Amino acid sequence: MKLNVKHDINIACKAILKEQLENFNIPYQSISMGEIELPTELSPDKFSELSNGLKKYGIEIIDSQKNALIQKTKDVITEMIYREENLPSVKISAYISEKVNYSYGYLAALFSEITYTSIENYIIIQKIERAKQLMLQEDLNLTEIAYRLSYSSVAHLSTQFKKTTGLTPSAFQSIIKKRKANKFS
Amino acid sequence: MKSETYYILLAEDDEDDRLFFKEAISELKINSVLTIVNDGVQLMNYLNQKDVELPHLLFLDINMPRKNGMKALQEIRSSERLKDLSVAMYSTSSAQKDIEDALANGANIYINKPSDFDHLKKIITKAVSVNWQYHTSGLNKENFILNIE
Repeated sequence: MKLNVKHDINIACKAILKEQLENFNIPYQSISMGEIELPTELSPDKFSELSNGLKKYGIEIIDSQKNALIQKTKDVITEMIYREENLPSVKISAYISEKVNYSYGYLAALFSEITYTSIENYIIIQKIERAKQLMLQEDLNLTEIAYRLSYSSVAHLSTQFKKTTGLTPSAFQSIIKKRKANKFS
Repeated sequence: MKSETYYILLAEDDEDDRLFFKEAISELKINSVLTIVNDGVQLMNYLNQKDVELPHLLFLDINMPRKNGMKALQEIRSSERLKDLSVAMYSTSSAQKDIEDALANGANIYINKPSDFDHLKKIITKAVSVNWQYHTSGLNKENFILNIE
């Protein structure tokens, strides 16, 4: 028997954070996207307890400010691409800059320095990942995906898919199918 | 992130190609450690050592003596410990069938090996950078399939 599950990363992540904070008796004020507010400073012991507790879920506490900014930028991008509505109509650079509250020029330079890729490239990678997911999990066709991800046309989506993955959407789907048959997924 | 070391493993039987890769990797702007093995048997022995630091990315030549890349890939994907390894396979073939076979058998990246050095550098940069995004940004590795020409 096989069950297909859908998940919401944000909800799952919040639930884990809550559970772990309570588990280590750490009082907190709020948990929001990528941020936990604590009323007091954590002792180094508590910090490492919590950090180890979260590690097994693939959650990492970010301790340097630059890394935190990168993470925030990534979160804004993922949130923008993964929500149900269409992408914002303002320029994406202006949107990110406003949400993260730093100039886009600064963020772009920092991003390239630390992540080995540019923000633009990162957005494209994330959009194509989302397209893959909509194709495989929600069984949407390319027209629906292009609309959902605000591509000007199906052709534009197909071209960007091919450019990013080196494969056409249909070749990609056929490989995933074969992988499943080979049990490599 | 930048301070983290990027571990790269290369399995290649041809001496010239090993040098070619080594030089290309050393010119990338990343803090990397490259380990080289000469064929599929050596590769599996290396990966199966108990305390070995598993690479972030394995470049795997398809055509090698003793044990070829496809066979090694199969062993990697059926091992509980190694199955999540990122594997970039390469060969001189650009036939669609060869590309799809390698990817369907579990390779994450297929590289059509170029003969010119600048092109190789570009390809390696792309493979390393995209793989890093999968490694650090919580992307779904099941859908990690990339064909680089």
